[in-house]
Amino acid sequence: MKLVAVTSCPTGIAHTYMAAEALEQAADAAGHEISVETQGAAGATPLTAARIAEADAVVFAADVDVRDKERFTGKPTVTGSVKRAINDAAGLITEAAASAESAATAVSAGTASSGAAGSAPVATSPARTQHVALSFGSQLRQWLMTGVSYMIPFVAAGGILIALSFVLGGAEIAAIVNGGTFQGTEYPGVSELSNLFAEAGFAGVLFKLGAEAFSMLVPILAGFIAFGMADRMGIAPGVVGGLIAVAIGAGFLGGLVAGLLAGAVTLGLKQIKVPRGVAGIMPVVVIPLLSVFVVGFAMLVVVGGPIATVQSGLTDWLSGLAGVNAILLGALLGAMMGFDLGGPVNKVAYLFGTAALASDNLTVMAAVMAAGMVPPLGLALATVIRRKLFTQPERQAGEAAWLLGLSFITEGAIPFAAADPLRVIPSTVAGGAAAGATSMAVGSTLMAPHGGIWVIGLIGNPFGYLLAILVGTAVTCGVVVGAKYVRRSPGEPAAQAESSTTAPQAVAA
Amino acid sequence: MSDLITADLVDLDLTGEDRHQATAALATRLAKHGRVTDVEGFLTDVRAREEQMPTGIEGGIGIPHARSAHVTEPSLAFGRCAGGVDFGAADGPADLVFLIAAPNGDEHMTILASLARRLVHDSFKNALRTAPDADAVVTLIEKEVLGR
Repeated sequence: MKLVAVTSCPTGIAHTYMAAEALEQAADAAGHEISVETQGAAGATPLTAARIAEADAVVFAADVDVRDKERFTGKPTVTGSVKRAINDAAGLITEAAASAESAATAVSAGTASSGAAGSAPVATSPARTQHVALSFGSQLRQWLMTGVSYMIPFVAAGGILIALSFVLGGAEIAAIVNGGTFQGTEYPGVSELSNLFAEAGFAGVLFKLGAEAFSMLVPILAGFIAFGMADRMGIAPGVVGGLIAVAIGAGFLGGLVAGLLAGAVTLGLKQIKVPRGVAGIMPVVVIPLLSVFVVGFAMLVVVGGPIATVQSGLTDWLSGLAGVNAILLGALLGAMMGFDLGGPVNKVAYLFGTAALASDNLTVMAAVMAAGMVPPLGLALATVIRRKLFTQPERQAGEAAWLLGLSFITEGAIPFAAADPLRVIPSTVAGGAAAGATSMAVGSTLMAPHGGIWVIGLIGNPFGYLLAILVGTAVTCGVVVGAKYVRRSPGEPAAQAESSTTAPQAVAA
Repeated sequence: MSDLITADLVDLDLTGEDRHQATAALATRLAKHGRVTDVEGFLTDVRAREEQMPTGIEGGIGIPHARSAHVTEPSLAFGRCAGGVDFGAADGPADLVFLIAAPNGDEHMTILASLARRLVHDSFKNALRTAPDADAVVTLIEKEVLGR
């Protein structure tokens, strides 16, 4: 059996090496191969990625944090103190061998459970060759799923709070809290947060809470994608990059960019070899400072400008389409609504709808809202009729997505789109386009800028409108199921995807 | 740099009521031979490490150690204590005490690392227990640790 180990103690001059020696002796005596990384004062020679990949189990003999622990994610792991390794190395080796065997059994029996990172025997994915051959694609997917799984509670809590505020306070609650026009009434908005309850009532509080939770959605997504890639050091640049994605209106796609960039930059900075005297301040000052600066600068300056340009270009282009066929316009706006689910393109379409509403063109607003309701609904439906195509976190997101979709909270689809953008975005675009076109075709109207099913009383031709939503939902569901079947390789079963929500293996050693 | 250990740094009749006294006796030897500039300061650093977790290892070994600004070069003081001194190991007192003094900085740490690695070998420990005199101890350690 092949084992790897890391030893580490507070001073790094004695126990680290004694433990390493003891483990090597014990493994040798038991007929196993072992490579030990001594994270001590004499400097650690890192285990090679290949050595880690082919290992059947991992031993941590450490009294202080193991550095770069994420390299070992997914491996059966045995943890002990350095003293345990020195006094009872044979016992640790036996445990490691046993956990490797039980993990292998669990997998062959098809019962691989999702492993909580860091704790004792963690189920691993089927064959160890799979670790070696972990393709960039599946690694990318693991990173994205890590971000998505941390984001989902924010989507669920924020979305349901906002939906409840609509139910209790009517769709005008958004205007009451934030200010704006609703049904011809001008609301000043709540200026002092301390007056929120008095002026906007309980529904106003729910709306505000939901909006705050939603404001963290993209930062958390970006932060934890970077965490998946580069461990704790990734969180700061990821979150800051995500905040900037929000500020520049880049939406969740901007969040994906920020998260991946932050992870890559942090991984790169961690590779830099520095003298030991400087090494101490690397994780404290240097890496956070540089990674936040690089990611923030890129998002603000390099990404921010083009997004604003594209938005104003799209807005001009839409205004130039005034005379175009109504059904075509509905399809186009619907596709835009579904493209980035609250991102810059979606915003352009939505603002086009509200501008039309202000000039009493009520059909455009109706088409926009129908298309915005479809993505969460279609994906929720897909998680029900083809459960196996979705990971556990996605199924949970699906449960909340029903209410979010009905409430015209398009963001409910983000967890799906962020985890698997290339398959999900085409489905939300197609579904949105179908809903927008159908709504135009049946001539539905809407006199409110938002509210979803809760403003059904303000919708003209409600049955036609429901038809539009049903058509869009069916299209999104059909396309996403088809896409997930087509591109799914045989080596990518749902069970593996399920266990991939924890931090994945890092790229480099 | 001079040798890791010399005969002057070996005490085959180490005594001490407890680990602090035994450690202090060895530290005094280090100071007398210019390896430690400030015995009290060095002992404070050793105690700080000892308080994180006792350094006793099963099999009669105590390895008080520290990286300290008061150390001039990587040094080992070795004591053999017939009566045993408690270093907090689960199986009782230590009769072999290794006081490892490391300066701040990175150099020569590999020597201490290879010393630490030898300590888990029974043959090495038994040879130290039966070594007739201080010179034999030094020769043994140089052979095992430095390979010469």
